[in-house]
Amino acid sequence: MSVPRFWREIPQRYNLIGKKCTQCGQIYFPPRDVCPKCRRESIGKMEDYKLKGTAKIFTYTIIHIAPTEFVKQQPYIMAIVELDEGPRLTAQLVDIEPENVKIGIRVKAVFRKIKEDGSKGVIYYGYKFKPIS
Amino acid sequence: MREVAVIGVGMTKFGEVWNKSLRDLFTEAGMKALINANVSGSKINAMYVGSMSAGRFVGQEHIAPLVVDYAGLAETHIPATRIESACASGGIAFREACMTVASGMYDLVVAGGVEKMTDISGGEATETLATAADQEWEGFFGMTFPGLYALIATRHMHKYGTTPDQLAEVAVKNHANGCLNPNAHFRRKITAEQVLEATRVADPLGLLDCSPISDGAAAAVICPLKDAHKFVEKPIRVLASGQGTDTLALHERADICTMEATRYAAKAAFAQAGIKPKDVDLAEVHDCFTIAEITAIEDLGFVEKGKGGKATEDGMTRLDGEIPINTSGGLKAKGHPVGATGIGQVVELVEQLRGEAGKRQVSGAKRALAHNIGGSGASCVVHILEVPE
Ligand SMILES: [Zn+2]
Repeated sequence: MSVPRFWREIPQRYNLIGKKCTQCGQIYFPPRDVCPKCRRESIGKMEDYKLKGTAKIFTYTIIHIAPTEFVKQQPYIMAIVELDEGPRLTAQLVDIEPENVKIGIRVKAVFRKIKEDGSKGVIYYGYKFKPIS
Repeated sequence: MREVAVIGVGMTKFGEVWNKSLRDLFTEAGMKALINANVSGSKINAMYVGSMSAGRFVGQEHIAPLVVDYAGLAETHIPATRIESACASGGIAFREACMTVASGMYDLVVAGGVEKMTDISGGEATETLATAADQEWEGFFGMTFPGLYALIATRHMHKYGTTPDQLAEVAVKNHANGCLNPNAHFRRKITAEQVLEATRVADPLGLLDCSPISDGAAAAVICPLKDAHKFVEKPIRVLASGQGTDTLALHERADICTMEATRYAAKAAFAQAGIKPKDVDLAEVHDCFTIAEITAIEDLGFVEKGKGGKATEDGMTRLDGEIPINTSGGLKAKGHPVGATGIGQVVELVEQLRGEAGKRQVSGAKRALAHNIGGSGASCVVHILEVPE
Protein backbone atom coordinates (compact mmCIF):
# COMPACT_ATOMS: atom_id res chain seq x y z
CA MET A 1 0.00 0.00 0.00
CA SER A 2 1.37 3.44 -0.93
CA VAL A 3 2.23 5.85 1.86
CA PRO A 4 -0.19 8.62 0.73
CA ARG A 5 -3.00 6.09 0.55
CA PHE A 6 -2.27 5.00 4.09
CA TRP A 7 -1.99 8.57 5.44
CA ARG A 8 -5.40 9.36 3.99
CA GLU A 9 -6.95 6.66 6.19
CA ILE A 10 -5.07 7.52 9.38
CA PRO A 11 -7.75 9.47 11.31
CA GLN A 12 -10.24 6.66 10.82
CA ARG A 13 -7.81 3.85 11.58
CA TYR A 14 -6.08 5.57 14.49
CA ASN A 15 -9.07 7.10 16.20
CA LEU A 16 -12.14 5.22 14.93
CA ILE A 17 -13.56 8.32 13.30
CA GLY A 18 -16.67 7.45 11.34
CA LYS A 19 -19.42 9.61 9.88
CA LYS A 20 -22.80 10.69 11.16
CA CYS A 21 -25.53 11.67 8.73
CA THR A 22 -27.03 14.77 10.35
CA GLN A 23 -30.05 14.42 8.05
CA CYS A 24 -31.23 11.11 9.57
CA GLY A 25 -28.86 10.50 12.49
CA GLN A 26 -27.41 7.22 11.18
CA ILE A 27 -23.78 6.53 12.12
CA TYR A 28 -21.36 4.91 9.67
CA PHE A 29 -18.03 3.17 10.01
CA PRO A 30 -16.01 2.85 7.83
CA PRO A 31 -16.78 6.45 6.86
CA ARG A 32 -18.70 7.12 3.65
CA ASP A 33 -19.55 10.30 1.77
CA VAL A 34 -23.16 9.48 0.97
CA CYS A 35 -25.77 8.18 3.43
CA PRO A 36 -27.50 5.16 1.82
CA LYS A 37 -30.77 6.18 3.47
CA CYS A 38 -30.73 9.88 2.50
CA ARG A 39 -28.42 9.81 -0.54
CA ARG A 40 -28.42 13.28 -2.19
CA GLU A 41 -30.10 14.81 0.86
CA SER A 42 -26.99 13.85 2.86
CA ILE A 43 -24.50 15.75 0.70
CA GLY A 44 -22.64 18.19 2.91
CA LYS A 45 -24.34 16.77 5.97
CA MET A 46 -21.98 13.87 6.76
CA GLU A 47 -20.01 14.89 9.85
CA ASP A 48 -17.04 13.20 11.50
CA TYR A 49 -18.14 11.09 14.43
CA LYS A 50 -15.85 9.56 17.05
CA LEU A 51 -16.90 6.06 17.98
CA LYS A 52 -16.43 4.83 21.56
CA GLY A 53 -14.75 1.62 20.43
CA THR A 54 -16.82 -0.69 22.59
CA ALA A 55 -18.37 -3.61 20.77
CA LYS A 56 -19.38 -7.25 20.83
CA ILE A 57 -18.17 -10.13 18.68
CA PHE A 58 -20.58 -10.86 15.81
CA THR A 59 -18.56 -13.68 14.19
CA TYR A 60 -14.92 -14.80 14.08
CA THR A 61 -12.32 -17.09 12.52
CA ILE A 62 -8.78 -18.16 13.29
CA ILE A 63 -6.46 -17.44 10.37
CA HIS A 64 -3.86 -20.20 10.00
CA ILE A 65 -2.70 -19.31 6.49
CA ALA A 66 -2.03 -15.58 6.36
CA PRO A 67 -1.07 -13.05 3.67
CA THR A 68 2.71 -12.44 3.44
CA GLU A 69 2.69 -9.32 5.63
CA PHE A 70 0.87 -11.20 8.40
CA VAL A 71 2.69 -14.54 8.32
CA LYS A 72 4.71 -13.67 11.45
CA GLN A 73 1.47 -13.24 13.40
CA GLN A 74 -0.28 -16.49 12.39
CA PRO A 75 -2.35 -18.05 13.79
CA TYR A 76 -4.42 -14.98 14.68
CA ILE A 77 -8.08 -14.30 15.27
CA MET A 78 -10.13 -12.13 12.92
CA ALA A 79 -13.64 -11.01 13.73
CA ILE A 80 -16.53 -8.88 12.65
CA VAL A 81 -17.43 -6.84 15.73
CA GLU A 82 -20.60 -4.82 16.23
CA LEU A 83 -19.90 -1.39 17.71
CA ASP A 84 -22.32 -0.16 20.39
CA GLU A 85 -23.31 2.67 18.03
CA GLY A 86 -24.45 0.07 15.46
CA PRO A 87 -21.87 -0.22 12.66
CA ARG A 88 -19.87 -3.42 12.20
CA LEU A 89 -16.24 -3.67 11.20
CA THR A 90 -13.55 -6.26 10.54
CA ALA A 91 -10.59 -6.40 12.93
CA GLN A 92 -8.10 -8.66 14.66
CA LEU A 93 -8.83 -9.84 18.21
CA VAL A 94 -5.91 -9.75 20.67
CA ASP A 95 -5.22 -10.63 24.31
CA ILE A 96 -7.53 -13.65 24.13
CA GLU A 97 -6.88 -17.34 23.43
CA PRO A 98 -8.69 -18.77 20.37
CA GLU A 99 -10.55 -21.32 22.51
CA ASN A 100 -12.05 -18.54 24.63
CA VAL A 101 -13.51 -16.54 21.73
CA LYS A 102 -17.30 -16.67 21.51
CA ILE A 103 -19.98 -14.78 19.62
CA GLY A 104 -21.39 -12.06 21.88
CA ILE A 105 -18.26 -11.42 23.99
CA ARG A 106 -17.72 -7.72 24.86
CA VAL A 107 -14.58 -6.16 23.38
CA LYS A 108 -12.98 -2.73 23.04
CA ALA A 109 -10.69 -1.10 20.49
CA VAL A 110 -6.96 -0.81 21.17
CA PHE A 111 -4.29 0.93 19.12
CA ARG A 112 -1.72 -1.56 17.81
CA LYS A 113 0.76 -2.28 15.05
CA ILE A 114 -1.12 -3.93 12.19
CA LYS A 115 1.77 -4.99 9.92
CA GLU A 116 5.15 -4.07 8.50
CA ASP A 117 5.79 -3.56 4.83
CA GLY A 118 9.32 -4.96 4.72
CA SER A 119 10.26 -3.69 1.29
CA LYS A 120 9.32 -0.07 2.05
CA GLY A 121 10.20 -0.13 5.75
CA VAL A 122 6.76 1.24 6.62
CA ILE A 123 4.98 0.16 9.80
CA TYR A 124 1.21 0.39 9.71
CA TYR A 125 -0.85 1.03 12.83
CA GLY A 126 -4.56 0.80 13.45
CA TYR A 127 -7.25 -0.69 15.67
CA LYS A 128 -7.50 -4.20 17.04
CA PHE A 129 -10.01 -5.37 19.64
CA LYS A 130 -9.47 -7.02 23.03
CA PRO A 131 -11.88 -8.40 25.62
CA ILE A 132 -13.33 -6.04 28.24
CA SER A 133 -12.35 -7.86 31.43
CA MET B 1 -36.12 -9.32 -27.03
CA ARG B 2 -35.14 -12.41 -29.00
CA GLU B 3 -34.86 -15.85 -27.46
CA VAL B 4 -31.26 -17.01 -27.18
CA ALA B 5 -29.62 -20.44 -27.44
CA VAL B 6 -26.23 -21.97 -26.73
CA ILE B 7 -25.13 -23.93 -29.80
CA GLY B 8 -21.64 -24.94 -28.79
CA VAL B 9 -19.42 -25.29 -25.73
CA GLY B 10 -15.80 -26.15 -25.11
CA MET B 11 -13.39 -26.21 -22.22
CA THR B 12 -9.84 -27.17 -21.37
CA LYS B 13 -9.09 -29.55 -18.58
CA PHE B 14 -9.04 -27.52 -15.35
CA GLY B 15 -6.01 -27.98 -13.09
CA GLU B 16 -2.34 -27.18 -12.80
CA VAL B 17 -1.74 -27.06 -16.52
CA TRP B 18 1.95 -26.05 -16.33
CA ASN B 19 2.66 -26.74 -19.99
CA LYS B 20 -0.03 -24.38 -21.31
CA SER B 21 -0.03 -20.56 -21.33
CA LEU B 22 -2.97 -18.18 -20.98
CA ARG B 23 -3.07 -17.98 -24.78
CA ASP B 24 -2.95 -21.75 -25.23
CA LEU B 25 -5.82 -22.15 -22.78
CA PHE B 26 -8.30 -19.68 -24.24
CA THR B 27 -7.46 -20.67 -27.82
CA GLU B 28 -8.10 -24.36 -27.02
CA ALA B 29 -11.44 -23.68 -25.32
CA GLY B 30 -12.60 -21.26 -28.02
CA MET B 31 -11.71 -23.57 -30.90
CA LYS B 32 -13.48 -26.50 -29.19
CA ALA B 33 -16.63 -24.38 -28.76
CA LEU B 34 -16.63 -23.21 -32.39
CA ILE B 35 -16.14 -26.76 -33.67
CA ASN B 36 -18.84 -27.99 -31.27
CA ALA B 37 -21.21 -25.32 -32.66
CA ASN B 38 -20.36 -26.11 -36.32
CA VAL B 39 -19.58 -22.43 -36.74
CA SER B 40 -16.77 -20.82 -38.70
CA GLY B 41 -14.86 -18.23 -36.65
CA SER B 42 -15.21 -15.77 -39.53
CA LYS B 43 -18.98 -15.62 -38.87
CA ILE B 44 -18.61 -14.46 -35.23
CA ASN B 45 -19.92 -10.92 -34.61
CA ALA B 46 -18.43 -10.26 -31.16
CA MET B 47 -16.66 -11.80 -28.16
CA TYR B 48 -16.91 -11.35 -24.40
CA VAL B 49 -14.10 -12.66 -22.23
CA GLY B 50 -14.25 -13.12 -18.46
CA SER B 51 -10.95 -12.73 -16.59
CA MET B 52 -10.53 -11.64 -13.01
CA SER B 53 -6.90 -10.64 -13.00
CA ALA B 54 -4.81 -11.60 -16.00
CA GLY B 55 -2.72 -8.54 -15.09
CA ARG B 56 -1.68 -9.91 -11.71
CA PHE B 57 -1.65 -13.60 -12.63
CA VAL B 58 0.42 -13.35 -15.82
CA GLY B 59 1.18 -9.63 -16.18
CA GLN B 60 -1.07 -9.27 -19.22
CA GLU B 61 -4.04 -6.90 -19.35
CA HIS B 62 -6.03 -6.08 -22.48
CA ILE B 63 -6.67 -9.73 -23.25
CA ALA B 64 -9.94 -9.42 -25.22
CA PRO B 65 -8.28 -8.49 -28.54
CA LEU B 66 -5.57 -11.07 -27.80
CA VAL B 67 -8.22 -13.80 -27.68
CA VAL B 68 -9.55 -12.72 -31.10
CA ASP B 69 -5.99 -12.50 -32.46
CA TYR B 70 -4.95 -15.99 -31.32
CA ALA B 71 -8.20 -17.51 -32.58
CA GLY B 72 -6.85 -16.42 -35.97
CA LEU B 73 -9.51 -13.76 -36.34
CA ALA B 74 -7.53 -10.50 -36.14
CA GLU B 75 -8.45 -9.76 -39.74
CA THR B 76 -12.15 -9.75 -38.88
CA HIS B 77 -11.65 -6.79 -36.47
CA ILE B 78 -14.72 -7.85 -34.48
CA PRO B 79 -15.44 -6.12 -31.15
CA ALA B 80 -14.09 -7.97 -28.10
CA THR B 81 -14.67 -6.94 -24.50
CA ARG B 82 -13.19 -8.19 -21.26
CA ILE B 83 -15.47 -8.50 -18.25
CA GLU B 84 -14.12 -8.30 -14.69
CA SER B 85 -16.33 -9.18 -11.77
CA ALA B 86 -13.90 -11.21 -9.66
CA CYS B 87 -14.90 -14.91 -9.63
CA ALA B 88 -18.17 -14.04 -11.42
CA SER B 89 -16.33 -12.65 -14.48
CA GLY B 90 -17.16 -15.70 -16.64
CA GLY B 91 -20.85 -15.85 -15.74
CA ILE B 92 -21.25 -12.14 -16.40
CA ALA B 93 -19.39 -12.42 -19.73
CA PHE B 94 -21.95 -15.10 -20.67
CA ARG B 95 -24.79 -12.78 -19.64
CA GLU B 96 -23.40 -9.87 -21.67
CA ALA B 97 -23.11 -12.13 -24.72
CA CYS B 98 -26.70 -13.32 -24.27
CA MET B 99 -27.98 -9.76 -23.92
CA THR B 100 -26.34 -8.56 -27.14
CA VAL B 101 -27.90 -11.46 -29.04
CA ALA B 102 -31.28 -10.99 -27.33
CA SER B 103 -31.23 -7.30 -28.20
CA GLY B 104 -30.77 -8.03 -31.89
CA MET B 105 -27.43 -6.26 -32.05
CA TYR B 106 -25.47 -9.41 -32.93
CA ASP B 107 -26.41 -12.84 -34.29
CA LEU B 108 -23.40 -14.95 -33.34
CA VAL B 109 -21.37 -14.25 -30.21
CA VAL B 110 -18.71 -16.14 -28.25
CA ALA B 111 -18.60 -15.89 -24.45
CA GLY B 112 -15.38 -17.12 -22.94
CA GLY B 113 -13.58 -17.16 -19.63
CA VAL B 114 -9.98 -17.83 -18.71
CA GLU B 115 -7.56 -17.70 -15.81
CA LYS B 116 -3.93 -18.81 -15.68
CA MET B 117 -3.32 -18.86 -11.94
CA THR B 118 -0.35 -21.16 -11.38
CA ASP B 119 2.38 -19.07 -13.04
CA ILE B 120 2.73 -17.20 -9.72
CA SER B 121 3.21 -18.70 -6.24
CA GLY B 122 0.27 -19.95 -4.20
CA GLY B 123 0.76 -17.03 -1.81
CA GLU B 124 0.69 -14.44 -4.59
CA ALA B 125 -2.38 -16.12 -6.10
CA THR B 126 -4.15 -16.01 -2.73
CA GLU B 127 -3.32 -12.31 -2.38
CA THR B 128 -4.63 -11.63 -5.88
CA LEU B 129 -7.91 -13.39 -5.03
CA ALA B 130 -8.14 -11.27 -1.85
CA THR B 131 -8.38 -8.13 -4.00
CA ALA B 132 -12.01 -9.16 -4.62
CA ALA B 133 -12.66 -8.27 -0.97
CA ASP B 134 -12.58 -4.73 0.48
CA GLN B 135 -8.84 -3.99 0.54
CA GLU B 136 -9.12 -0.88 2.73
CA TRP B 137 -11.34 -2.28 5.47
CA GLU B 138 -10.90 -6.07 5.31
CA GLY B 139 -7.58 -6.88 3.62
CA PHE B 140 -5.59 -4.15 5.38
CA PHE B 141 -6.35 -5.69 8.78
CA GLY B 142 -5.23 -9.19 7.80
CA MET B 143 -8.46 -10.68 6.53
CA THR B 144 -8.08 -13.39 3.87
CA PHE B 145 -10.54 -14.68 1.32
CA PRO B 146 -11.06 -18.06 3.03
CA GLY B 147 -11.29 -16.05 6.26
CA LEU B 148 -14.37 -14.20 5.00
CA TYR B 149 -16.17 -17.45 4.20
CA ALA B 150 -15.04 -18.79 7.58
CA LEU B 151 -16.78 -15.80 9.22
CA ILE B 152 -19.96 -16.81 7.36
CA ALA B 153 -19.51 -20.45 8.43
CA THR B 154 -19.02 -19.55 12.11
CA ARG B 155 -22.17 -17.42 12.05
CA HIS B 156 -24.18 -20.05 10.11
CA MET B 157 -23.20 -22.68 12.68
CA HIS B 158 -24.16 -20.34 15.53
CA LYS B 159 -27.48 -19.33 14.03
CA TYR B 160 -28.68 -22.56 12.40
CA GLY B 161 -26.68 -25.33 14.05
CA THR B 162 -24.86 -26.24 10.86
CA THR B 163 -22.05 -28.71 11.66
CA PRO B 164 -18.49 -29.29 10.41
CA ASP B 165 -19.65 -32.75 9.25
CA GLN B 166 -22.32 -31.17 7.07
CA LEU B 167 -19.75 -28.83 5.52
CA ALA B 168 -17.43 -31.80 4.92
CA GLU B 169 -20.25 -33.60 3.11
CA VAL B 170 -20.21 -30.88 0.42
CA ALA B 171 -16.54 -31.59 -0.33
CA VAL B 172 -17.03 -35.39 -0.22
CA LYS B 173 -19.96 -35.19 -2.66
CA ASN B 174 -18.24 -32.81 -5.06
CA HIS B 175 -15.08 -34.90 -5.15
CA ALA B 176 -17.20 -37.98 -5.90
CA ASN B 177 -18.77 -36.09 -8.82
CA GLY B 178 -15.38 -34.81 -9.96
CA CYS B 179 -14.22 -38.42 -10.34
CA LEU B 180 -16.78 -38.75 -13.15
CA ASN B 181 -15.63 -35.62 -14.99
CA PRO B 182 -12.65 -36.04 -17.33
CA ASN B 183 -11.98 -32.26 -17.22
CA ALA B 184 -11.91 -31.98 -13.42
CA HIS B 185 -8.87 -30.72 -11.49
CA PHE B 186 -9.29 -33.45 -8.84
CA ARG B 187 -10.47 -36.90 -9.79
CA ARG B 188 -10.11 -38.66 -6.47
CA LYS B 189 -12.58 -39.49 -3.73
CA ILE B 190 -12.11 -38.05 -0.26
CA THR B 191 -13.70 -38.96 3.06
CA ALA B 192 -15.34 -36.74 5.64
CA GLU B 193 -12.52 -37.63 8.07
CA GLN B 194 -9.95 -36.33 5.61
CA VAL B 195 -11.86 -33.06 5.25
CA LEU B 196 -12.20 -32.62 9.00
CA GLU B 197 -8.57 -33.49 9.70
CA ALA B 198 -7.03 -31.49 6.83
CA THR B 199 -4.63 -28.60 7.53
CA ARG B 200 -6.58 -25.66 8.94
CA VAL B 201 -6.83 -22.60 6.69
CA ALA B 202 -9.30 -20.37 8.55
CA ASP B 203 -11.35 -22.11 11.23
CA PRO B 204 -13.81 -23.73 10.78
CA LEU B 205 -12.51 -24.21 7.22
CA GLY B 206 -9.62 -26.50 6.34
CA LEU B 207 -7.73 -27.10 3.12
CA LEU B 208 -10.36 -29.56 1.82
CA ASP B 209 -13.15 -27.03 2.42
CA CYS B 210 -11.49 -24.75 -0.14
CA SER B 211 -11.59 -24.86 -3.94
CA PRO B 212 -8.15 -25.12 -5.53
CA ILE B 213 -6.10 -22.63 -7.52
CA SER B 214 -6.51 -23.82 -11.11
CA ASP B 215 -5.67 -22.95 -14.68
CA GLY B 216 -8.33 -23.28 -17.31
CA ALA B 217 -10.59 -21.78 -19.94
CA ALA B 218 -14.11 -22.37 -21.22
CA ALA B 219 -16.21 -20.95 -24.03
CA ALA B 220 -19.77 -20.99 -25.36
CA VAL B 221 -21.25 -19.93 -28.70
CA ILE B 222 -24.57 -18.11 -28.61
CA CYS B 223 -27.12 -17.26 -31.31
CA PRO B 224 -30.87 -16.52 -31.62
CA LEU B 225 -32.92 -19.63 -30.78
CA LYS B 226 -34.77 -19.40 -34.08
CA ASP B 227 -31.48 -19.84 -36.00
CA ALA B 228 -29.95 -22.46 -33.71
CA HIS B 229 -31.11 -25.53 -35.65
CA LYS B 230 -29.19 -24.32 -38.70
CA PHE B 231 -26.01 -25.13 -36.77
CA VAL B 232 -26.73 -28.02 -34.40
CA GLU B 233 -29.29 -30.71 -33.63
CA LYS B 234 -29.51 -30.00 -29.92
CA PRO B 235 -29.39 -26.29 -29.14
CA ILE B 236 -30.01 -25.34 -25.52
CA ARG B 237 -32.27 -22.40 -24.74
CA VAL B 238 -31.13 -19.68 -22.34
CA LEU B 239 -34.38 -19.37 -20.45
CA ALA B 240 -33.33 -16.62 -18.03
CA SER B 241 -30.48 -14.49 -16.78
CA GLY B 242 -30.35 -12.56 -13.51
CA GLN B 243 -27.58 -10.52 -11.93
CA GLY B 244 -27.27 -8.77 -8.58
CA THR B 245 -24.87 -6.90 -6.31
CA ASP B 246 -24.32 -6.31 -2.61
CA THR B 247 -21.86 -4.45 -0.35
CA LEU B 248 -18.23 -5.24 -1.13
CA ALA B 249 -17.35 -5.67 2.55
CA LEU B 250 -18.98 -8.59 4.32
CA HIS B 251 -19.31 -6.64 7.60
CA GLU B 252 -21.67 -4.12 5.98
CA ARG B 253 -24.41 -6.73 5.52
CA ALA B 254 -27.26 -7.07 7.99
CA ASP B 255 -27.28 -10.87 7.66
CA ILE B 256 -23.99 -12.41 6.54
CA CYS B 257 -25.59 -15.89 6.25
CA THR B 258 -27.74 -14.70 3.34
CA MET B 259 -26.27 -13.53 0.07
CA GLU B 260 -28.75 -10.90 -1.05
CA ALA B 261 -26.99 -10.62 -4.43
CA THR B 262 -27.89 -14.28 -5.01
CA ARG B 263 -31.46 -13.77 -3.86
CA TYR B 264 -31.84 -10.77 -6.17
CA ALA B 265 -30.30 -12.52 -9.19
CA ALA B 266 -32.31 -15.70 -8.56
CA LYS B 267 -35.58 -13.82 -8.11
CA ALA B 268 -35.02 -12.02 -11.41
CA ALA B 269 -34.10 -15.25 -13.20
CA PHE B 270 -37.02 -17.28 -11.83
CA ALA B 271 -39.47 -14.47 -12.68
CA GLN B 272 -38.09 -14.23 -16.20
CA ALA B 273 -38.30 -18.03 -16.63
CA GLY B 274 -41.74 -18.24 -15.08
CA ILE B 275 -40.69 -21.25 -13.00
CA LYS B 276 -39.93 -22.12 -9.39
CA PRO B 277 -36.80 -23.67 -7.83
CA LYS B 278 -38.55 -27.09 -7.70
CA ASP B 279 -38.83 -27.01 -11.50
CA VAL B 280 -35.04 -27.14 -11.85
CA ASP B 281 -33.50 -30.60 -12.43
CA LEU B 282 -29.89 -29.81 -11.48
CA ALA B 283 -27.68 -26.86 -10.63
CA GLU B 284 -24.07 -25.78 -10.69
CA VAL B 285 -23.55 -23.47 -7.72
CA HIS B 286 -20.56 -21.43 -6.60
CA ASP B 287 -18.91 -23.68 -3.99
CA CYS B 288 -15.63 -21.76 -3.67
CA PHE B 289 -15.78 -22.98 -0.05
CA THR B 290 -18.01 -25.71 1.37
CA ILE B 291 -20.11 -23.18 3.32
CA ALA B 292 -20.77 -21.30 0.06
CA GLU B 293 -22.67 -24.29 -1.39
CA ILE B 294 -24.81 -24.44 1.76
CA THR B 295 -25.76 -20.74 1.58
CA ALA B 296 -26.22 -20.96 -2.21
CA ILE B 297 -28.79 -23.77 -2.13
CA GLU B 298 -30.66 -21.80 0.55
CA ASP B 299 -30.52 -18.44 -1.21
CA LEU B 300 -31.52 -20.00 -4.55
CA GLY B 301 -34.62 -21.43 -2.86
CA PHE B 302 -33.84 -25.14 -3.21
CA VAL B 303 -34.09 -25.44 0.59
CA GLU B 304 -35.30 -23.20 3.39
CA LYS B 305 -32.83 -20.77 5.00
CA GLY B 306 -30.78 -22.59 7.58
CA LYS B 307 -31.59 -26.07 6.23
CA GLY B 308 -28.77 -26.31 3.69
CA GLY B 309 -26.47 -28.31 5.96
CA LYS B 310 -29.15 -30.84 6.87
CA ALA B 311 -30.29 -31.21 3.24
CA THR B 312 -26.70 -31.92 2.20
CA GLU B 313 -26.26 -34.45 5.01
CA ASP B 314 -29.49 -36.17 3.93
CA GLY B 315 -28.23 -36.61 0.37
CA MET B 316 -30.70 -34.26 -1.30
CA THR B 317 -27.92 -32.68 -3.41
CA ARG B 318 -26.11 -35.87 -4.47
CA LEU B 319 -26.06 -37.07 -8.06
CA ASP B 320 -29.02 -39.36 -7.28
CA GLY B 321 -30.72 -36.85 -4.96
CA GLU B 322 -33.78 -34.68 -5.37
CA ILE B 323 -31.75 -31.75 -6.77
CA PRO B 324 -28.24 -32.77 -7.84
CA ILE B 325 -25.83 -29.91 -7.09
CA ASN B 326 -22.46 -29.53 -8.79
CA THR B 327 -22.59 -32.65 -10.93
CA SER B 328 -19.34 -31.48 -12.56
CA GLY B 329 -17.52 -31.64 -9.23
CA GLY B 330 -18.13 -27.95 -8.66
CA LEU B 331 -15.41 -25.42 -7.99
CA LYS B 332 -14.19 -27.74 -5.24
CA ALA B 333 -13.22 -30.70 -7.43
CA LYS B 334 -13.63 -29.54 -11.02
CA GLY B 335 -11.38 -26.59 -10.17
CA HIS B 336 -11.70 -22.83 -9.99
CA PRO B 337 -9.79 -20.89 -12.65
CA VAL B 338 -11.74 -17.84 -11.54
CA GLY B 339 -12.49 -16.10 -14.86
CA ALA B 340 -13.39 -19.42 -16.51
CA THR B 341 -15.60 -20.77 -13.72
CA GLY B 342 -18.91 -19.19 -14.79
CA ILE B 343 -18.55 -20.45 -18.36
CA GLY B 344 -17.38 -23.84 -17.08
CA GLN B 345 -20.73 -24.08 -15.28
CA VAL B 346 -22.55 -23.35 -18.55
CA VAL B 347 -20.52 -26.11 -20.24
CA GLU B 348 -21.73 -28.59 -17.60
CA LEU B 349 -25.36 -27.48 -17.93
CA VAL B 350 -25.27 -27.81 -21.73
CA GLU B 351 -23.68 -31.28 -21.58
CA GLN B 352 -26.28 -32.40 -19.03
CA LEU B 353 -29.21 -30.99 -21.03
CA ARG B 354 -27.95 -32.58 -24.24
CA GLY B 355 -27.63 -35.90 -22.41
CA GLU B 356 -23.86 -35.97 -23.02
CA ALA B 357 -22.63 -35.96 -19.41
CA GLY B 358 -21.60 -39.62 -19.40
CA LYS B 359 -21.38 -41.26 -15.97
CA ARG B 360 -22.55 -38.13 -14.19
CA GLN B 361 -25.65 -37.73 -16.39
CA VAL B 362 -28.82 -36.71 -14.53
CA SER B 363 -31.41 -38.75 -16.40
CA GLY B 364 -34.13 -36.79 -18.12
CA ALA B 365 -32.64 -33.39 -17.22
CA LYS B 366 -34.72 -30.69 -18.90
CA ARG B 367 -33.84 -27.55 -16.92
CA ALA B 368 -30.65 -26.53 -15.16
CA LEU B 369 -29.36 -23.52 -13.26
CA ALA B 370 -25.91 -21.94 -12.95
CA HIS B 371 -24.97 -19.70 -10.00
CA ASN B 372 -21.72 -17.74 -10.09
CA ILE B 373 -20.50 -15.49 -7.25
CA GLY B 374 -17.90 -12.75 -7.17
CA GLY B 375 -15.96 -11.97 -3.98
CA SER B 376 -17.72 -12.79 -0.73
CA GLY B 377 -21.06 -12.30 -2.48
CA ALA B 378 -20.89 -8.72 -3.77
CA SER B 379 -21.63 -9.96 -7.29
CA CYS B 380 -23.87 -12.78 -8.41
CA VAL B 381 -25.17 -14.00 -11.74
CA VAL B 382 -27.74 -16.76 -12.25
CA HIS B 383 -28.67 -18.45 -15.52
CA ILE B 384 -31.39 -20.99 -16.25
CA LEU B 385 -31.00 -23.16 -19.34
CA GLU B 386 -33.49 -25.64 -20.77
CA VAL B 387 -34.03 -28.15 -23.54
CA PRO B 388 -36.28 -26.33 -26.03
CA GLU B 389 -39.66 -27.92 -26.86
ZN1 LIG C 1 -29.06 9.77 6.35
